Amino acid sequence: MKNIFVFIRRYFNFLFFVVLQILSIVLLVQYNQTHQAAYAGIANEITGSINEQYNKIQNYFHLKENNRLLLEENTRLKNLLKINFEDPDSARLVVIDSLIRDTLGHQRKYMWLPAKVINNTVAEQMNYVTLHRGANQGVKKDMAVVSTKGIVGTVIDVSENYSRVMSLLHRNSKVSSMLKNSKMIGSVEWDGKDPHYITLRNIPKSTPVAKGDSVVTSSYSANFPSDLLIGTVDEIAKDPISNFFIIRLKTATNFYSLEYVNLVENVQWDEQRRLEAAPIKNQ
Amino acid sequence: MSLLVKNIIRFILFILMQVYVLSQIPPLHQFITPYLYFLFILWLPFTISRFGLLLVSFLLGITLDYFLSTPGLHAAPCVLIAYLRPFLINILISQEGAELNYAEPSIKSMGFAPYSLYVLVFTFIHHFYLVLIEWLQFGNFLYFLGKVTATTGVSLLLIFVTEMLFFRKQKFRTNTA
Repeated sequence: MKNIFVFIRRYFNFLFFVVLQILSIVLLVQYNQTHQAAYAGIANEITGSINEQYNKIQNYFHLKENNRLLLEENTRLKNLLKINFEDPDSARLVVIDSLIRDTLGHQRKYMWLPAKVINNTVAEQMNYVTLHRGANQGVKKDMAVVSTKGIVGTVIDVSENYSRVMSLLHRNSKVSSMLKNSKMIGSVEWDGKDPHYITLRNIPKSTPVAKGDSVVTSSYSANFPSDLLIGTVDEIAKDPISNFFIIRLKTATNFYSLEYVNLVENVQWDEQRRLEAAPIKNQ
Repeated sequence: MSLLVKNIIRFILFILMQVYVLSQIPPLHQFITPYLYFLFILWLPFTISRFGLLLVSFLLGITLDYFLSTPGLHAAPCVLIAYLRPFLINILISQEGAELNYAEPSIKSMGFAPYSLYVLVFTFIHHFYLVLIEWLQFGNFLYFLGKVTATTGVSLLLIFVTEMLFFRKQKFRTNTA
């Protein structure tokens, strides 16, 4: 027994070194598997509040660009306004009494929330965006994040007032997508090279594709509403070892200048997941 | 200013510099990520205990990790260079009792060539281990080689500039021993 204590005292520094190494690697491995860091909630609050202070200064430099983007989006939305379309007069008065169901009997599927970006990286292999909107303001894990131009990523961590988004520019991000013309489904990934370009895979070589084609989110992706722009085709290469194209896309979103984004929640997803998780009865 | 206060301020400045300046720079190339924060460990005083050195380095790494949301990725290399630091300093110090006469490693206290070697070796070890962990998660061998070389080069350049910009006055303490 005494010898053990002598051993520990003698090699205390080495043992402490080994313990710290193991701790680091365990944290990293655990995080890579679950995308949920230990103590992420507390750390998120602290780093989030520092990021916010920094962002207050940084915002001034982007005011002009922001105004332009908001103006563009406003114009687009104004074009969709009802005033622009004339309806025949109806004799009945329509009263909307519920947000869940509209007058045509459509069920609400997606809920949009605005959020401000307070931190954003593009230089790493795994990039994240931090938003100043958290669980208290209705953010949940797995919500989709969309900018004015295209999609941004998926929420992976939520603390009380902040949330962390796995950006599209992340080695582990994968978004179900389709070519707008031919409706062929593929998946969009990032190869870690250039923040302006992402890769679309799993499109069969028989599909007609041309440079400049739009790629949008597919109807299979549960968190993203379908038909949101992801990017445009920039370069088409044939994969010699498989039957698929490797298509390089130019991202629709400019990840260098994210300021305000929208969070999208699929309010019916729980129901879908419950159904898909239930054991199959007819077999 | 006492050593403790000075190092606390340094800790904060190095983290802020790494998070808000160096990590925000648009990437020139996939291989190039500028790192400077680990210079904090190289600048810690000679007199710090080995236990303290390991603990402070782990804290530095994990703080940066929580800012960049990669828990453990930077902490592991930091702890490694903190563990190896006393050994290399023992080998490299040529002047008799330099670690008693000066407060911390610098060009003046160690001499230009030993200090350069000290910085070079630890920069290399830090990046080698960091990129190795990254490589094990994804990527290929070429990525590993290229990134270690390019990142080490950029870091050495940054450290050189930092040493020129913030010249650390080192007092020669006579009544030691």
